[in-house]
Amino acid sequence: MEKITKDHAALAEAFIQNEEHVDWHDGALWWIRQKRDIASKKIPEWEALREAASQIKNNVLSNLHDYLLQFEANATRNGIKVHWAADAEEHNAIVYSILKEKDIRQLVKSKSMLTEECHLNEYLIERGVDVINSDLGEYIQQLDNEPPSHIVLPCIHKRKEEIGALFHEHLGTEKGVSDPTLLTRVARKHLRNVFVTRRAALTGVNFAVAETGEYVVCTNEGNADMGAHLSDVQIASMGLEKIVPQKKHLAVFLRLLARSATGQPITIYSSHFKRPREGQEMHLILVDYGRSRQLGRPAFRDSLKCIRCGACMNTCPVYRKSGGLSYHNTISGPIGAILAPNLDMKKHADLPFASTLCGSCSNVCPVKINIHDQLYEWRQVIVREGYAANTKVFGMKAMAWTLSSPTSYARMGKAGRWVLNNIPFAVNNKLNPWFKQREMPDGRKGSFDEWYAKNNDQTEEADEH
Amino acid sequence: MNSRENILADVLKNQPPARPLPDTDVFKDDSQHVVSTYCDVFTSIGGQVFLAKNWCEVSALIPRNFDATKRIITTLQELSESFELISTTADPHTFNDVELAVIEAELAVAENGAVWLPEQRMGQRIIPYICQHLAVVIPAHVIVATLHEAYAQIGEGNYGFGAFIGGPSKTADIEQALVLGAHGAITMTVFILEQSPDVPFAA
Ligand code: SF4
Repeated sequence: MEKITKDHAALAEAFIQNEEHVDWHDGALWWIRQKRDIASKKIPEWEALREAASQIKNNVLSNLHDYLLQFEANATRNGIKVHWAADAEEHNAIVYSILKEKDIRQLVKSKSMLTEECHLNEYLIERGVDVINSDLGEYIQQLDNEPPSHIVLPCIHKRKEEIGALFHEHLGTEKGVSDPTLLTRVARKHLRNVFVTRRAALTGVNFAVAETGEYVVCTNEGNADMGAHLSDVQIASMGLEKIVPQKKHLAVFLRLLARSATGQPITIYSSHFKRPREGQEMHLILVDYGRSRQLGRPAFRDSLKCIRCGACMNTCPVYRKSGGLSYHNTISGPIGAILAPNLDMKKHADLPFASTLCGSCSNVCPVKINIHDQLYEWRQVIVREGYAANTKVFGMKAMAWTLSSPTSYARMGKAGRWVLNNIPFAVNNKLNPWFKQREMPDGRKGSFDEWYAKNNDQTEEADEH
Repeated sequence: MNSRENILADVLKNQPPARPLPDTDVFKDDSQHVVSTYCDVFTSIGGQVFLAKNWCEVSALIPRNFDATKRIITTLQELSESFELISTTADPHTFNDVELAVIEAELAVAENGAVWLPEQRMGQRIIPYICQHLAVVIPAHVIVATLHEAYAQIGEGNYGFGAFIGGPSKTADIEQALVLGAHGAITMTVFILEQSPDVPFAA
């Protein structure tokens, strides 16, 4: 799992082999993007909410030290045991020690990208602890021994027939059954049994309120709650950046989160955990794992504002066409591509290049992260540090040169169109990873400048009528 | 090595200069149509709505819409003659056979269909999740327009656990096909009680 030798382009190549599948993936995600648009347009103050969310997160990042202390003090007063983990290893060791102390060898986990980032499951399984992911999508991914391909829709890259085959193999369903309702019912029954027999449950955290010391977990399936309320020991893992200052700020984020993610007005369950149940233990682990370092990078710190809605993935033309697994990082898509190089610049050097820089991600982001600007910034850093692959360096240098001068831009545009019209195979070859499995578009007859110059007079004429 | 001290020191060193909090009190909605909006939204997310004039109507609607031969539990004294009252001390696992739980919301939010349930209203934390079907009584006057009004009313809140629940549990993880009833309740029904709270039961 750790040894990644293939880059995004190579992994995407495998994904795009099945054209029908890629078209389905592309269409399914675009449909979710459209649902997001419809939901957001029903809220007249949508843009003001995005701005408020962005400003609240700016405030959080600028005062994170004090908010963390305030949250810790309030959570502790509420009876939650707060732990601090510098990295993945320490986080995993804390979880293990909590379980070991109680002699617990089985854990049920709800969706948590952080524990995926930390490879908690592998760590625990090596030490004899059985872990079951209870979110249906993550459960399916676990059966298939694959990481999630999307932070909200973990198995969006799979067809129902593949899932049916997995259920047949692992859960004994009849061969060939692929009806989503039927498969969901089978998983429901199977996981009920898991919930009622596990003494320990782990959840992620969407928001943690400094003012009150409570934390909020959002799900649609109810799996986080089923695990948590039946457990003797409840553990929550959260990245440092999940803090919000005051409880009333939850209104802003909960209004934005589900609408941005799936077009729902709110997730079905928004659970506020403040104190352990009578007789229960509640632990919360605050995890740094590169976050404080990212906070110190002025060009990239805004990536810590992310509320993990997945909208930037759903809208991204590269993500939709290449699939989440081709990003070889827990958080995929545009946001993953600006978070990952902070953790390991060499290993993830290819990701900021997996973008057309069209800016659609930044336009839909509910907390207004300038994602595409950061992708561009990372490219500069990666090239400067000497991590870029040779083809990319050439491509980027050419692009930087082209964009830096209006005349060369005009000339390159003409040259590009000439190439497209006269020797299309020159771009449609294996040196250009973007155009595998794709027909190149016909070259247009003129550039925008030429079109504008030609049409401007006519437009003015038209205006006079 | 003390990670807490190290992390806090790194955060302090790396955090940017102070930025102000925005004024979020500007978000207000004094819509007069909260009940009808609530009904529309809740229906659109797969929930079922009944308008009831009084508790008698609620009580009568339950056996007509649910399997009364199975276990039905409630926190509501008004329904205790017909249904089992929830024990707040029983082991939560003992509720795994519950067909229907009937509880009362403290608040409901028109814009998203969610009800606010602090744990005291649930009987036990597990109840609204473990039951096969969930029914929630909402006195009409507790419906507010948006989450901003809801949090303003909740304030600090005296609960160890509380949740917004906005519909039956669901998943679309398999090919984006919507399936109601993932791990929590398969259906969610609300009874909007039209009477004001101080009108006696028999009114
Ligand atoms: S970067 Fe923005 S759009 Fe992407 S997941 Fe995070 S919050 Fe959502």
